Amino acid sequence: MDGQAILLRLTSTFGPGIVETHDHHGDHTAVVERSAILEAFRFCRDDPDLRFNVLMDLTAVDYLTYPGREFGLRFEVVYHLYSLPHNHRVRLKVRVEEDDARVPSAVGLWPIANWFEREVWDMFGIRFDGHPDLRRLLMYEEFQGHPLRKDYPVNKRQPLIGPKT
Amino acid sequence: MANRTAREIYLGEGSGTGSGSQHLYVNVGPSHPAMHGVIRIVAELDGESVVNADVEIGYLHRAFEKECETGPYNNAIPYTDRLNYVSPLINNFGYASCVEKLLGIDVTERCKYVRVIMSEISRVSDHLTCIGASAMELGAFTVFLYMIKAREYLWELVEDVTGARLTISYARVGGVKADLPDAFGVKVRKAFKETRQVLEEVGKLLTGNRIFMDRMVGVGALSREETIAYAVTGPLLRAAGVSYDVRRAQPYWAYDRVEFEIPTGRNGDNYDRYLVRMAEMEQSMRIVEQALDALPGGPINVDVQGRPMDPASYVDLGKQGKTEGLLLLPITLSPNLAGLERPRHRALNVPDKRVVLPPKENTYGSIEGLMNHFMLIMDGYGIRPPKGEAYFAVEGANGELGFYIVSDGTDRPYRVRCRPPCFPPMAALPRMIEGEMVADIVPTFGSINMIAGELDR
Amino acid sequence: MGLGGFFTGKLDEAIGWARKYSIFQYPFVTACCGMEYMATACSHYDVDRFGAGRPRFSPRQADVLFVVGTISHKLAPVLKRVYDQMCEPKWVVAFGVCTCTGGFYDNYATVMGIDTIIPVDVYIPGCPPRPESVIDGLMKLQEKIAAGAQRY
Repeated sequence: MDGQAILLRLTSTFGPGIVETHDHHGDHTAVVERSAILEAFRFCRDDPDLRFNVLMDLTAVDYLTYPGREFGLRFEVVYHLYSLPHNHRVRLKVRVEEDDARVPSAVGLWPIANWFEREVWDMFGIRFDGHPDLRRLLMYEEFQGHPLRKDYPVNKRQPLIGPKT
Repeated sequence: MANRTAREIYLGEGSGTGSGSQHLYVNVGPSHPAMHGVIRIVAELDGESVVNADVEIGYLHRAFEKECETGPYNNAIPYTDRLNYVSPLINNFGYASCVEKLLGIDVTERCKYVRVIMSEISRVSDHLTCIGASAMELGAFTVFLYMIKAREYLWELVEDVTGARLTISYARVGGVKADLPDAFGVKVRKAFKETRQVLEEVGKLLTGNRIFMDRMVGVGALSREETIAYAVTGPLLRAAGVSYDVRRAQPYWAYDRVEFEIPTGRNGDNYDRYLVRMAEMEQSMRIVEQALDALPGGPINVDVQGRPMDPASYVDLGKQGKTEGLLLLPITLSPNLAGLERPRHRALNVPDKRVVLPPKENTYGSIEGLMNHFMLIMDGYGIRPPKGEAYFAVEGANGELGFYIVSDGTDRPYRVRCRPPCFPPMAALPRMIEGEMVADIVPTFGSINMIAGELDR
Repeated sequence: MGLGGFFTGKLDEAIGWARKYSIFQYPFVTACCGMEYMATACSHYDVDRFGAGRPRFSPRQADVLFVVGTISHKLAPVLKRVYDQMCEPKWVVAFGVCTCTGGFYDNYATVMGIDTIIPVDVYIPGCPPRPESVIDGLMKLQEKIAAGAQRY
């Protein structure tokens, strides 16, 4: 299915649930309301024309210092979906603000979301509601803060042993 | 206490009086002989079978994504080398292609072929290491020695082209660092002949080997549906019978102009994964041979007219400002700079002054070249893609290797995300080993080909 | 120096000579350098020529700890523990620039040189070091072992 047709299909199904769409560099993208995201996933996965059965990637972006977006919603959780039967891709995004950094978990739809969401929690501090076991994935439990946030200095170390720098 | 059971006497107070057996927790890793790479598996055992497993990763987290945000676009290339350090060239090219997608530029034909050739050589060396290491963990040390011997032949090729064996930093946004050396095709064919011989020997040692098959057939299997649900790609997905390959599904570079087959398995177990990898190496070599034949531009002979000059004195004259007539002077560059001279440069790199450093003759020989060079090197200038985001996927040795880059219009990437190919299989590892014997952890883990650098980034 | 001293001196020399050709190494392999470690250990470069061909995967049986690859803060306690479990006399080789200084990973996750955690005898720089420089480092270590230079 053509990328534009996918976006059209999503906007016609979810209406106001789709905040905006674009196709920069040929990557078709839809920004989805947080309340509609789980429904959108289910639709993408199960609709016979879409059949996005692989959650290829799940990550987040911190827009704290992005020019022109300093005062908008801070985080964007980015999902890259791929369909094996139809060989097409789409990118879905959810925007959340810092004070209420919560997104519904996709673990029920794709088990791989478990680790991806743990990584996003670890790196950005975004919580996933309904996640069975939201622990840190890459850093250790004693680590304070979330290193991929823009306000975390790149070389602020928190050693477990050895000299405190 | 009179009413203590024999079980409590032997196993201690509170060990339960029921008929059920007691579970034992075994910690495998992070530093373990059969773990090539640092991960920890906490396995809950019932007797000798694994009931439950928890995989802990992150021991090699080196902040790749954060480091990329701190420097200009080309500075991230050395970090990408160290993602999957067994096939660094593929990471290099994947990242560079993603930035090119952001910029909306298309690399030259010759560069596409060079990227294909080098990627496939990397893929072969990656599979060699994977099979060698996992066979060694099953006791087949000879296979390991043979495989590493074959890898040395390939690394000599890589060294010929890039100047380094492992951490090569060969890609540049808009092209590659240097051209293939002269008579590269001859060397490749010679190395492949040796590699094929090693593969044949290894095939004889392993493929029908009773011990090897007993350890691999039917072990660590993951059903087709589960493999897809866990977003596993690459050899593991193909072993489960799904012929998904980014090179075929969304062809990039020159992959739509070479012929190759996608080997698939049926059962998705360790043995199928081994067979898929063995078959893929042959296909990769086939791709390289085709690409070498089709390499556009062919060997480029530098036209030597007048007096050739060595690069050091060329640079000296340029620094003194004696640039008159220098532009037209041919220079003989030292071997490690081959491909930086003007004619080769033109064939390899896009003619885009926003992105590609000018050839060295121009940098030292003309004021325009020098200014162009500075504009790309100076802090705050450099490569500045327009605001936006792009995702570009290549077929890494372990599966789909994706880069997602967000640009804010400055010379530094705002966010770089790498979709690591061996992350999903590691997430699925507990599913693969649950219900298997504890000894099956080792071959299953080996068949995943976990590379900690790309897993933890 | 009396006769007794002479014999102890000669004995030390003999022990040093014997030790330098029977290096039981513990490869603490974490990252990219492991690939070069493999290449060095295999037949093409063959560290067995130096009596160091046998890796022991129990720290209690090993004499030399090869720390190969980046050490992150999460891994640092593990490395320290492995080192503590080794019996004296023991030596440590920092293999690759990440273990020497931290290399270009100057960030929140990595330890800037393992010598902030454990003592180091031989540093092999390089990212990763070529097998030739690994062998050079190994020979330097042999000299050190033969000379009986011990830290304790």
